[in-house]
Amino acid sequence: MIASTRDVRPRGARTRAVLAAGVVALAAAACAPGSSAPPAGSPAQPSASAVRTDAAALGNVTLTIWDQEVRGAQNAQMTALNTAFQAKYPNITIKRVSRSFDDLNTTLRLALSGNEPPDVVQANNGRPQMGAFVKAGQLRPLDPYAEAYGWKKRYPQSVLQYVSYTADGKSFGEGNVYGLPQAGEVVGIHYNRAKLAKLGLEPPKTWAEFEAALDKAKAAGEVPLMMGNLDKWPAVHLFGTVQGQHVPKDQIATLGFGRKGASWTTPENTKAAQQLVDWVDKGYFNKGFNGLGHDASWQAFAKGQGVFLIGGTWLIGDLGKIMGKDLGFALPPGTPPVATGGTGLPFAITTKSANPDAAAAYIDFITNSDAMKVLATNGLLPVADTDQQSVPAGAQQDMFTAFSTATQQDGLVPYLDYATPTFADTLTAALQDLMAKKATPQEFLATLEKDYKTFVESNG
Amino acid sequence: MIRSRSSFARARAGHPPGEPRRVAYLYLLPAFVVYAAFLLYPIGRAVQLSLFHWDGLSLGTWAGLDNYAAIVADEGLRDAFGHALVLIGFFAVGPLVIGLLLATILNHAKVRGLGFFRTVVFLPQVVAMVVVAVAWRRVYSADGTLNDLLGAVGLDWLARGWLGDYTFALPAVGVVGTWFETGLVTVLLLAGMSKIPIELYEAARLDGAGPVREFFAVTLPSVRGEIAVALTLTVIAALRTFDLVYITTEGGPGNSTSVPSYEVYHRAFELGQVGSAAAIGVTLTVVIFAISFVINRFADRSIT
Repeated sequence: MIASTRDVRPRGARTRAVLAAGVVALAAAACAPGSSAPPAGSPAQPSASAVRTDAAALGNVTLTIWDQEVRGAQNAQMTALNTAFQAKYPNITIKRVSRSFDDLNTTLRLALSGNEPPDVVQANNGRPQMGAFVKAGQLRPLDPYAEAYGWKKRYPQSVLQYVSYTADGKSFGEGNVYGLPQAGEVVGIHYNRAKLAKLGLEPPKTWAEFEAALDKAKAAGEVPLMMGNLDKWPAVHLFGTVQGQHVPKDQIATLGFGRKGASWTTPENTKAAQQLVDWVDKGYFNKGFNGLGHDASWQAFAKGQGVFLIGGTWLIGDLGKIMGKDLGFALPPGTPPVATGGTGLPFAITTKSANPDAAAAYIDFITNSDAMKVLATNGLLPVADTDQQSVPAGAQQDMFTAFSTATQQDGLVPYLDYATPTFADTLTAALQDLMAKKATPQEFLATLEKDYKTFVESNG
Repeated sequence: MIRSRSSFARARAGHPPGEPRRVAYLYLLPAFVVYAAFLLYPIGRAVQLSLFHWDGLSLGTWAGLDNYAAIVADEGLRDAFGHALVLIGFFAVGPLVIGLLLATILNHAKVRGLGFFRTVVFLPQVVAMVVVAVAWRRVYSADGTLNDLLGAVGLDWLARGWLGDYTFALPAVGVVGTWFETGLVTVLLLAGMSKIPIELYEAARLDGAGPVREFFAVTLPSVRGEIAVALTLTVIAALRTFDLVYITTEGGPGNSTSVPSYEVYHRAFELGQVGSAAAIGVTLTVVIFAISFVINRFADRSIT
């Protein structure tokens, strides 16, 4: 790399410079940052028969677990499951470290590269987190455990793909299983039942009906589609939902998983981007949506501003508390449905964990069918056995129906920001540009294409 | 006699009074160790990291000056440094002008309850920037206080989501800085002005100076030192703005409010580009150092 730099100095000086630079490079490279240890999990890779699933027989073990289940219902289910686990296996002590989502994101890298990382960590699915950890050999492939515990029967393939990477961390959505999620998520259309009734409308069954409803709401002086994009990411879900109506599912998946073989600059994607711009032009969104916070936007929706709100199932608990029976939730229309969705943060086992068998037993315990019931009774959306839970009619039932429909018909497509390590950045800024009309749909897609192409080419 | 002999002896020995220099350095050692461990070592480490491509996890690869070249080549990063310069206007220049005005008035008018006004003006400094940012985010929101006020005085057409507007987001963030720093600057200047001997003003008035002449001839030159201190503090505050941007806009809309220190955080902790983040950090340090150096040179000259 040094020789390739253009240099016009006389030969002697140049040689000296190259030598000097080389020495500096060597000296610095000798203490290059990061661990040079190869992915250490491989040699100790247990086979299915070597896995010990009887946690009670493991002796006295302490498990350190980092999670981000800090909010009301999430914390309640986690506490309940931990207590139950300790009651069942008194020989295993759980040391729980709870951090907010943001805190976990920023501290996990350091924790994992240390010498004594936690045993079980909740690592976000996408490339910047789980992908990077797998690549650095810091997470243990769970396939032997999956076989021993029957996890691949417990989880539908459309869910497992979100926790699968190849061992080199390069390919997302296939390969080994690296973690198990507890909760499911799907992005859909929240609606205000009372307002729909007042407008003489039914929950839309086709995309055309949805657009017609938006139009009618606008004519009646309502805000058709509530939206707050100050935090930059909510528009990703909006765009993903619109994209699902125009772009073939497998293309979205290829783009979303950051694999080779697809393109952003297609007529279908252009149509999706154009539709978003058209909606802005037609005034379907509340005024100043780029300057409104996400929380402020759903709170305004809950208080009766806006007829529709495109967002994830994670909003239903909070919205339902205020709106009660007025809240409805539906998948984006279509057969089979195409909806952005996935899982809550999966629980993974670190490579350096001294007690992987106990850690696996813990993960199994918090994701088995009893655990799924605990999630459901706490108002959360369990990722497995969704259709077996009995919940009262209303938005929560809508949510359960939507998720089990989407997973069973293989209708989930990945969050678009999973695609590359920098895509969340690129996409959110580009979407703000698009919706503020600072960029045309063509320019918008060219920006995304550039990031995607750069990554897939370097990723090999 | 004895005295002069001993001083002669010392001069012959060739060293100043007190203990020899080697021993003196020993006294400095404990402080230096702390300084080195907590300041010099991290800086050196940051410089080292900036020469690598490193994701924070796996083994880094040698990058040479690539990360620095990227700062010049990357339009987004150039913009970030540009935004920081704009913020200097709001964080330093604005408060200085307003502060001079306020301090002159407060100093001259001999207002009753000066202490009270001084406290009120200084109050924003007491509140943590994060809290300030959260509050202003509400003020600027599409259904926030600012738009309500505009509506109340019939300026509805001006109302917008301020932090989501490409033209107004950066000035909106800047105004928060102006609000925040003005109190500090005012109090600093007020302290400086209270030290100006009253005779100077009397003399100026006898020479027939009006309030404006008086300000430029007496007040302004007398507080040059305080101005330099205020500028140093506020310019550095402008350049290292992080929390304000992080809470209000996350660099948006688009990238119109991104600043270097936000990029450092974003790249190091969210994108896993630690080398690039370190390079930005080092560059920012150099810029801050250079600017405060210039300001302090200016202040030194004003004193002598």
